[in-house]
Amino acid sequence: MITLKDVNKNYSSEVSIGPVDLEIPRGGITALVGPNGAGKSTLLTMMGRLLGIDQGAIEIAGMDITTTKSKDLAKIVSILKQENHFMTKLTVRQLVGFGRFPHSKGRLTAEDEEIISRYIDFLHLAELESRYLDELSGGQRQRAYVAMVLAQETEYVLLDEPLNNLDISHSVHMMQHLKDAAEQFNRTIIVVLHDINYAARYARYMCAMKNGKVIHMGRTEELMNNQILTDIFETPIEVISTPQGLLACYH
Amino acid sequence: MNSTVALTPKPRTSRAPLYTAKLGLGCLLVLILLALSLLTGAFDIFSGEEGREMFAISRVPRTIALVLAGAAMSMSGLVMQLITQNRFVEPSTTGTTEWAGLGLLTVLFFYPSASILFKMSAAVAFAFIGAMIFFLFLRRISLKSSLIVPIVGIMLGAVVSSVSTFFALQTDMLQSLSVWFAGSFTSIYQGQYEILWIVLGVVIAVFILADRLTLAGLGEEFSTNVGVNYRRMVLIATALIAIATGVVTVVVGSLPFLGLIVPNIVSMFRGDDLRSNLPWVCLGGIAVVTLCDILARIIIAPFEMPVSVILGVLGATVFVGLVVKGGANAR
Repeated sequence: MITLKDVNKNYSSEVSIGPVDLEIPRGGITALVGPNGAGKSTLLTMMGRLLGIDQGAIEIAGMDITTTKSKDLAKIVSILKQENHFMTKLTVRQLVGFGRFPHSKGRLTAEDEEIISRYIDFLHLAELESRYLDELSGGQRQRAYVAMVLAQETEYVLLDEPLNNLDISHSVHMMQHLKDAAEQFNRTIIVVLHDINYAARYARYMCAMKNGKVIHMGRTEELMNNQILTDIFETPIEVISTPQGLLACYH
Repeated sequence: MNSTVALTPKPRTSRAPLYTAKLGLGCLLVLILLALSLLTGAFDIFSGEEGREMFAISRVPRTIALVLAGAAMSMSGLVMQLITQNRFVEPSTTGTTEWAGLGLLTVLFFYPSASILFKMSAAVAFAFIGAMIFFLFLRRISLKSSLIVPIVGIMLGAVVSSVSTFFALQTDMLQSLSVWFAGSFTSIYQGQYEILWIVLGVVIAVFILADRLTLAGLGEEFSTNVGVNYRRMVLIATALIAIATGVVTVVVGSLPFLGLIVPNIVSMFRGDDLRSNLPWVCLGGIAVVTLCDILARIIIAPFEMPVSVILGVLGATVFVGLVVKGGANAR
């Protein structure tokens, strides 16, 4: 469980986050949704201890993220931000291998290699594993990053807009992979999503944010509600029930 | 996309094997170059007693110095490139060498009789400050173009170098400045070069920290995610670069572009897995500097040219080549 207590962050005089009190239960996918500038990514970044908090406390699996050593946290929570640019020329397998760093400190054992192979195969990257990242398409590269954070084998995985720059087919595959990862490997995955219909289809819980505050947190079925969604996005949204589940219409 | 796993017969490992036949061959080539270096020079070392003495006093130290300086400077370049995420930086394109020179000059002025250890400490301290200033600069400018970074570095170096020149002019030390700066292994002899062994520590440290340095190169967020303290790694990397640059500048002088050419050529062939590339960068650095030094000894024999002149010509050519190539497939 991730617990946020009275979390505040003052970005600038106009933009601030909080106070946020939130409990994210274990298991499944939790989707953070809300309009642009609601603070979803900021909140996620703070949970992943990449950004300090000004006030309050965040606990992941009972460990306070400000007092626990970063290298210990790296074994229970991993985070992937959306912009990942670097010039270092790494192969897919080398990148995924870095996910094992918290456990192996760079000395990869046979077991590490097995784990790396497992997640490379899980994301269908086996044929690409010796290719350099800069030779891959955007969708393939995104899968390689996700394979890396999964190979870290943390109970909690935080992903900031993993569908950014992916087309429909890649997005659907990515969400399916994440759902499978949550179920097969018993992970708790928290994602920032822009499209509420992906959240509706794949997430167990939804957390709706607006103006730096959490407005609603609950099971996806509860949040997929005309009134709630219309209020959050300030756009008329109608939720319809389809044979495939609930669907939000806003066009 | 089907999910069948390809039945690859080769074992799936993340690390390229460190010790390969190719590496053995590379070592052999470097050893041949070093033997050549031992045999090249104006003095006939086979002329009995005197020759043997000359061999021990001058040739052996010179060759050891080539190995240490070559390995340390090419590795400094590599570490700097990783940390700044820029292929064009190395101590001589970021002003670090110039800072080390200024440090040396300051000591020469205030304590002309200072020991070489003291001179070296000053050079290292100035190199550290210089590298930190450069890194702080980098945080300020947005890295839109990778070429801006070395341009800023070279300008910074030019400013520091003009300060040194002015200072030297005022204090009548211009000659010692140019002697110190023109990197050359001519003045390497027994009793004077031993301090260079310090850089062996830098080389070993880079080997040990290889993975952490690569992670730091992937950025603050990537490092933090896997529990590596980014700021501490940058500080350690800066210290390693400063020590290598400071010591080499004091003993040998500046070796321009060495840290630029070698890691780039290695990464062109092998990608950027730091750990398995390190032996290659070491060997490459030793090979390039030894080759240049042998050339410097025979080109106008029996006189010698500063090795920095030859390195400068070679390095500038490769640098321009990289810029043109980088421009062709710029993002």
